[in-house]
Amino acid sequence: MQYLLMIYQNEADYAKIDAATSKKMLEEYGAFTQSIIQSGNFKAGDRLQPISTATTVRIRDGKTLTTDGPFAETREQLGGYYLVEAKDLNAALAIAARIPGARFGSIEVRPIWVYN
Amino acid sequence: MTINSGHPMSPTEIEKLFRDEAGRALATLIRLVGDFDLAQDALQDAFAVALERWPHEEPPSNPRAWLVNVGRNKAIDRVRRQIAFRGKQDQLTHEIELNASCPDEAHEQATFDDDMLRLIFTCCHPAFATEVQVALTLRTICGLTTAQVARAFLVSEEAMAQRLLRAKQKIRLAGIPYEVPEREALEPRLNGVLAVIYLVFTEGYVATSGDGLMRPDLAREAIRLGRLLNLLVPGRGEIKGLLALMLLHDARRAGRETAAGDIVLLEEQDRSLWDFHQIAEGLQLVEEALRMPGRPQSYAVQAAIAALHARAPNFEDTDWRQIAGLYEVLMRISPSPVIELNHAAAVSMVDGPARSLDLIDAIEARGGLGGYELMPAVRADLLRRLGRRDAARAAYLAATEATQLEPLRRLYARRLAELSAES
Repeated sequence: MQYLLMIYQNEADYAKIDAATSKKMLEEYGAFTQSIIQSGNFKAGDRLQPISTATTVRIRDGKTLTTDGPFAETREQLGGYYLVEAKDLNAALAIAARIPGARFGSIEVRPIWVYN
Repeated sequence: MTINSGHPMSPTEIEKLFRDEAGRALATLIRLVGDFDLAQDALQDAFAVALERWPHEEPPSNPRAWLVNVGRNKAIDRVRRQIAFRGKQDQLTHEIELNASCPDEAHEQATFDDDMLRLIFTCCHPAFATEVQVALTLRTICGLTTAQVARAFLVSEEAMAQRLLRAKQKIRLAGIPYEVPEREALEPRLNGVLAVIYLVFTEGYVATSGDGLMRPDLAREAIRLGRLLNLLVPGRGEIKGLLALMLLHDARRAGRETAAGDIVLLEEQDRSLWDFHQIAEGLQLVEEALRMPGRPQSYAVQAAIAALHARAPNFEDTDWRQIAGLYEVLMRISPSPVIELNHAAAVSMVDGPARSLDLIDAIEARGGLGGYELMPAVRADLLRRLGRRDAARAAYLAATEATQLEPLRRLYARRLAELSAES
């Protein structure tokens, strides 16, 4: 069976961690990721950029409503996901707008954190 | 664009020229350099050079191109100095040098235009909150300093600097592209841009409080933006409509306020103070906007209403019937509490205050105007005209409570004094 493991954390607190702890955290993630790749459990996994980089898309009455920020409806809960490759934000938003769920809920579009 | 050279420029002249050209130069620099922040910093560096050199030398014949060229070199310098770019410096500087613009003048103008459009659409991207779109527009296109933008928003300079910084980070991190939207995407995005320009004009993004009734400089910036957009995206009724609306409103500015900063109502204004040259321009644009094919656009209809006021020799001889009719059109295409209230006010001039009060009662019963701050004032005016002094008094008191604008409060106080004098 397949499962989605969703990592929730307090972004503001996470940003306050000192450099040494942060480095250690990164190493621990690296080690964890490698281990589940080796065990054959890994399908995909990424760190996300913070919510300040998020944009939310909804379709209502056939019109696309694009707003700054993460989705924040208390009546909506995570129901699914797509990981996509897109040229830029406009392309990603266009894809998000076509997701059937956009007509009833909200699609949050957040960039993946890329480590150089 | 060339200027009359032959004499060194004063710092004030340089700053004015910079204000006029900065938006265009930045727009092109962003494309050449590939980074919003870097482009802005490089342009500031170029400006510093201009301030240093132009007072002592003959200024360049094409300042805009000069700013772009110097800016591009400054960008390369910055890339070389920044540790973050270490390892990629050669690649980046090579790219910047490759992006050299074409030396042909006509092609150059078209390029500057395209770049300007890109900048406008990027600043007004819906991935930014509306206030951020306005702030970015004021800063990068209008060329206001961060301090000036902060003052426009009634926030501290640090707060505004932070807001702008986060916006530019989002451009980079979320991958907001520096481009003009394609076909189907163009219209909704264009409406977003127009909304931003209108917010700059009306300052609808700040809390309406404080001593001043109007801040003319921002209205000028908005009109400038409207003209620019009309030039860059010709033949669009909604752009002409907005520009007409702003020109017509702004043309009446001198009549709206006394030297002491008190409001002069439309019915009492000295119409000879209006700018008839600007009114003529506005009227021309309204005609063009209304002649465009397709459904009537909200701005064009609002401009048509403003045109009827601008054309009328005085308050009584205004074509109120047509105005009421136009408000009915507006109520269908873009309903809002303001529109409904203005419609009721126009109706009061056609069918009398009693009929108008009925309309307002009906709207309130529907729950439409609750909390809208100008509603008690309209009511008060109608009651006053009906001679219902006690009710009018109560309404003017409610109106005073409901607003934060000093000039409005002074107006209501005057009305209350008049009512007392009559009894």
